[in-house]
Amino acid sequence: MTHPFIFLEWLEQQLHLHIGSHVTYTWLVMALLIFLAVVVKRSIKTVPSGLQNFLEPVIDGIENMIEETMGHKGKAYFPLIATIAFFILASNLIALIPGFFPPTANLNTNAAIALTVFAMTHIIGVKEHGIGYFKHFCGPVIWLAPLIVPIEIVGHLARPLSLTLRLFGNMYGHEIVLMIFFGLVPFLLPLPMMLMGVLVAFIQTFVFMLLAMIYIAGSLEEAH
Amino acid sequence: MEFFAWCVVAAGIGMGLGSFGTGIGQGLAIQKAVEGVARNPGASGKIMTIMLIGLAMIESLAIYVFVVAMIILFANPFTETVVQLLNK
Repeated sequence: MTHPFIFLEWLEQQLHLHIGSHVTYTWLVMALLIFLAVVVKRSIKTVPSGLQNFLEPVIDGIENMIEETMGHKGKAYFPLIATIAFFILASNLIALIPGFFPPTANLNTNAAIALTVFAMTHIIGVKEHGIGYFKHFCGPVIWLAPLIVPIEIVGHLARPLSLTLRLFGNMYGHEIVLMIFFGLVPFLLPLPMMLMGVLVAFIQTFVFMLLAMIYIAGSLEEAH
Repeated sequence: MEFFAWCVVAAGIGMGLGSFGTGIGQGLAIQKAVEGVARNPGASGKIMTIMLIGLAMIESLAIYVFVVAMIILFANPFTETVVQLLNK
């Protein structure tokens, strides 16, 4: 829900800046994640305890998923995927704390992440296959290429669009629903919706991560 | 003012139609996934993953309609023109 009081927006108004709350909250999430990483890295041990105990299975899970969907070649792209996953999850979840605005409920943040994935798939493709990467766009037989190439190009351009709009629509839609429920009955009625918000936050992170993996895996494999 | 009334109607009907088809599609997907898990509970992890991707793909149709509805309601590109014409 868009909370009536967003503290970084208030701070911005006091300082007479015009940045936009989605940017300031993106910075906040970044700072949070960097802080977490530094804290965990400082106290890394062979016998884990505390925060390391919590983060190790998460990292392990992401690594296993990459191994499953992308093969052993995909291990190199673990930092990208894991960063995207952690960033989106943190951004989605801070929406539940009063005074916080989720950066993913803004089209610009999502477009930035989706375009990063889109650019990375093609950079990885060219890096892996050289000029032969463009065989991916030509279809199975060469004389079908004039038909297949436009379709492939539209398909590839639709990827960042759908990635952006899916995450944006889910987060923003959830905010609108919560706002309407709060308008109707503020007492206890929005609670189940908020619980669903937690679920949506996790599922959308999972889906974004998985789709990024599948796209990168698609440019890693050989042209058919 | 009729323009804005029709905008609201269009957003409502569009959202209804969009979620109608999406609901049927997701229902079919979940039906098959549940059947698959019932037959082979061992494969539930993999089926779950594939089903979630599929559901997210189908869901994005409804999300597109939602985004268009929000554009019609809150960020209509023709609002200024219509208001100018009304003031004439």
